[in-house]
Amino acid sequence: MDRLAFLLATGIARGLVVALFALSLVIIWRAARIVNFAQAAMAVVAVFVGLAVTNLTGSFWLGLVVATATGAAVGYAVERWLIRLVPATTPLPGMIVAIGLVMVLQSAIGIAFGPRHRPVQAPLSEQPFVVGGVPVLSPYDLFVLLVALGVVVALAVLFNATGLGLQMRASAMAPEVSRLLGVRVPRMVTLGWMLSAAVAALAVMLLVPTELGLNAHSGDVLFVHAFTVAVLGGLDSPVGALVGGVVVGVLVSLVTGFLGAGFAPIAVLVLLTGVLLVRPGGIFAAKEARTA
Amino acid sequence: MTTDRQRTRAVLLRAAVCTLLAVGATFVLDDYRNYQLAVVAAVFCATAGLTLLVGLTGQLSLGHAVLMAAGGYGYALTATPAADAGLGGPARFALGIAGALVLAGAVGLLLGLAGARLKGPYLAGLTLALVIALPAITTQVPVLGGAAGVGAPFEGVPDGLRGVVGVEQWHAWIAVLVAAVAVTPLALLRSGRAGLRMRAVHGDETAARLAGISPARVKTGAFVAGALSAGLGGAVLAVVTQSVSPGAYDLAYSLLLLVAVVVGGLGSIGGAAVGAALVVLVPWLIDTVVTGVGLPADLEQRLAGNAAVLVFGALLVAVTVVWPGGLSHALGGRVSSLTHRLRPGRKVPRTLTER
Repeated sequence: MDRLAFLLATGIARGLVVALFALSLVIIWRAARIVNFAQAAMAVVAVFVGLAVTNLTGSFWLGLVVATATGAAVGYAVERWLIRLVPATTPLPGMIVAIGLVMVLQSAIGIAFGPRHRPVQAPLSEQPFVVGGVPVLSPYDLFVLLVALGVVVALAVLFNATGLGLQMRASAMAPEVSRLLGVRVPRMVTLGWMLSAAVAALAVMLLVPTELGLNAHSGDVLFVHAFTVAVLGGLDSPVGALVGGVVVGVLVSLVTGFLGAGFAPIAVLVLLTGVLLVRPGGIFAAKEARTA
Repeated sequence: MTTDRQRTRAVLLRAAVCTLLAVGATFVLDDYRNYQLAVVAAVFCATAGLTLLVGLTGQLSLGHAVLMAAGGYGYALTATPAADAGLGGPARFALGIAGALVLAGAVGLLLGLAGARLKGPYLAGLTLALVIALPAITTQVPVLGGAAGVGAPFEGVPDGLRGVVGVEQWHAWIAVLVAAVAVTPLALLRSGRAGLRMRAVHGDETAARLAGISPARVKTGAFVAGALSAGLGGAVLAVVTQSVSPGAYDLAYSLLLLVAVVVGGLGSIGGAAVGAALVVLVPWLIDTVVTGVGLPADLEQRLAGNAAVLVFGALLVAVTVVWPGGLSHALGGRVSSLTHRLRPGRKVPRTLTER
């Protein structure tokens, strides 16, 4: 019973990081209709910069801010100087370019920094609080939880309650009409990329202290889980990302705790297959137009 | 106008010539080159199917390596008991190949059924989850032997040929012949009606449906055809290396197959062959150069593996952005400049999948 409570709590904390990353995939899908396979690699680049700042100044918080800002800068660079050159008639070329970008970024980081994991110290204690004799969340988990929830709420407000969010959604859904109405569509797409990459960088930066540390592949597992979550929830749905993130986080935590880490990828695969068999567009997907 | 029969004959003739040339080449290559030729042939089996899948029906599979693995395991799991039972020679080999086809076909059918229902990114997500789960699956299913994998029986040179060819050369023969058997049907599919249906489904699903084509059936069929071919490739690799293990078929390997078909030219069988040669030879060339120049040990270690991935990633991006037709179009353009003039209707592909 203790074990179950502990696994549930860590699963939720871990799941919120996954949800945050999944949210970044949803943002980019909403803004540009692309699944960014390079999201994790781009985020890892930003986190390398953020941690360099942390090591120089001794402040994790400054590193966190710098990593998020660098994420936005990387998103800007990738969109402006790479994605804009790709023909957008079908989603395929975009996905392929993103995969190429992953290979370039990860191998470049590997060549520059080697395969070693760089340990990262969490700024808050990682000793769990004990509630009624049951160890649950640590202060750092709680902090991650709060940041993730804060970002989710902020993004919900941005997209649903501001003019900018409306323009971004309109650009993605109907670029031509939006342009006619005076929306600067390319700028909105760039903004979407920046926002998405910044959120992803934040998620990876929050994750690394609880994992082995930082190397070129630190974001890989997170990406796979987040992608599963985004697909489960329907790529369009922030609520889906949030719910799916917690579900997958708890599932992975429980499976790892009770059956062993080897079962986690299988559990994720089974969940994904099951959901897609019933709802090919994800759980929270909007209904699609009929074809023939 | 070329008729179906003429087209079929042209494909068969080309396949026969290529096979003979490849078998002939094994006599001038040394042992290691013959081993590499066998690996290229095996990879070609997989890339030929993937290029049809991605190029013609527009289905992006990130898990194609899993289909090769299925073929390899299918081969090892049927050929090894056969060897234990005292069976040898062509009968054992045929049994192994049948096992490879059954297992790879089954996995391909499941993926194909999923692929028929799922749109681009969703299918990519499912295949990605599958390739990530492969090591876990092989660990949890006892007969698959975990991370170490399973062994496949050694295929020695038959008695009659022992004085003429070496083991590596014999394996290269097997590989080339299996590749010919695997790829020729794909080439026929591509140039015939099935290819036209695949293009129609990719171009406009609704229009295809109105024309009486079942997109689900076409997509599933493409997946199964590609899976059977990839499975044969996996079986060949099992013969050549005498083992199958999950480590050989990870996500990086799947991505390499994707690089091969994009750089070769999506939808083109010749491009798939060139791509297969590239993904086998380029890492080897880079490693040879890296170890040859005498860099510091630390730098050399960091370059090993990473340098090739860097080159492939850059190629993937560059080809998609500036050269969407891939190598096959660039080379084919030169060769067919004459026929091009005779057939003015043919246009240069502007996007990855338009051809």
